[in-house]
Amino acid sequence: MNEAQRLVDLIPRLRRYARALVGDRATADDLVQDTLERAWAKLHLYRRGTDLRAWLFTVMHNVHVNRVRAARPTDMLEDEMPELAQRASQGDALLVRDLDRAIARLPAEQAAVLLLVSLEEMSYEEVARTLGIPIGTVMSRLSRAREKLRAMMLGQSAAAKLKLVK
Amino acid sequence: MSETPITEAELQAYADGRLDEAGRLAVEAWIAARPEEAERVADYRRLGDALRAAYDPVLAEPVPDRLPQALRPARQAWRYAAVAGWLVAGIAIGVAAGWQLHGSRPVATPSADAGAVMAHRAAIAHATYSPEVRHPVEVGADQEAHLVAWLSKRLGAPLRAPKLEAVGYSLVGGRLLPGESGPVAHFMYQCNQGTRVTLYVRTEAANNNETAFRYAKEGNVRVFYWIDRKLGYALSSGDISKDDLFKVANAVYQQLNP
Repeated sequence: MNEAQRLVDLIPRLRRYARALVGDRATADDLVQDTLERAWAKLHLYRRGTDLRAWLFTVMHNVHVNRVRAARPTDMLEDEMPELAQRASQGDALLVRDLDRAIARLPAEQAAVLLLVSLEEMSYEEVARTLGIPIGTVMSRLSRAREKLRAMMLGQSAAAKLKLVK
Repeated sequence: MSETPITEAELQAYADGRLDEAGRLAVEAWIAARPEEAERVADYRRLGDALRAAYDPVLAEPVPDRLPQALRPARQAWRYAAVAGWLVAGIAIGVAAGWQLHGSRPVATPSADAGAVMAHRAAIAHATYSPEVRHPVEVGADQEAHLVAWLSKRLGAPLRAPKLEAVGYSLVGGRLLPGESGPVAHFMYQCNQGTRVTLYVRTEAANNNETAFRYAKEGNVRVFYWIDRKLGYALSSGDISKDDLFKVANAVYQQLNP
């Protein structure tokens, strides 16, 4: 099977990832389209026989990070995000809308790790290769992403919890 | 009670179900005595389930046409552009100057050398656009910064429009063209007498190294072409001598490799 067909076959996965990353469908598909155009232009850099899916997600991550940086020059570069102003309303019943909002508040680097692990079910090693980071960084970003999402989704900040525990 | 210390990474791997039997048992023993940690891990698992429940349905949605099409615009558009280019070139040639691009050879043979294919396509692009009076370029030199940023973005490589005033040419502007395997940037220059040269720039396969200048002649269009790391260049003119075109090609090369 040639690379073009394999790229086509990966489009649904790109769309799932993009939808989780940016929320609304049109913006997510714009991200996928930009990714595919870039991948097509850069296909000569893909080494045959290596993991095309990982390569494609590398392209998508870079496209997304560049867009985020272009749109928000400084604050998304910070690892810490401000607290959610309002509590998620549903306690344990996690709603897609809440998830969209919560993921959008994660730094792009953390969201990428969480989604590659949770949705793509990549191994930690694959995530490390895809994002070009050490595996220890994968684990720490995964941990931070989960803890932030958990705090946001449950409507309780990690700080508040620490006070209770003392 | 003796127990193995559990790291945060192991907890995460446990939540993802990625520990072997021994690791899994060790974590379970550890969290058994720590209800808060057990709750945290359970929340992580619920979070994973919630993510999959929320976004897995996207996999089954019909894919909009524009997405697979993003992978093929170059090829499909190329066929059209090749035909249109030859028509326009043929008319321009037949009517105006009497120069002829020989015969009906709209597509280079697959065995042709990649650089020669580029030169061929650059010659067609030159013959297509350089006679244009009203629409020679898509974006004019008055918006040079935008032009260069746009073409760089589409090619996925930082481009520059060389400054050729020293050899008598100034930038008219440029456009995006469909190429063999991706977008191509096309810059047009003009001298005071109205003679035009065009610079065709495409991204190259990574295994291509630098080449010396090479020369081709397609009908009356002369082309100097070369490959410099990740980019392939072809400079075309229908009106100036080989020696003069060589001077311009040298100026382009030196501008791009200061």
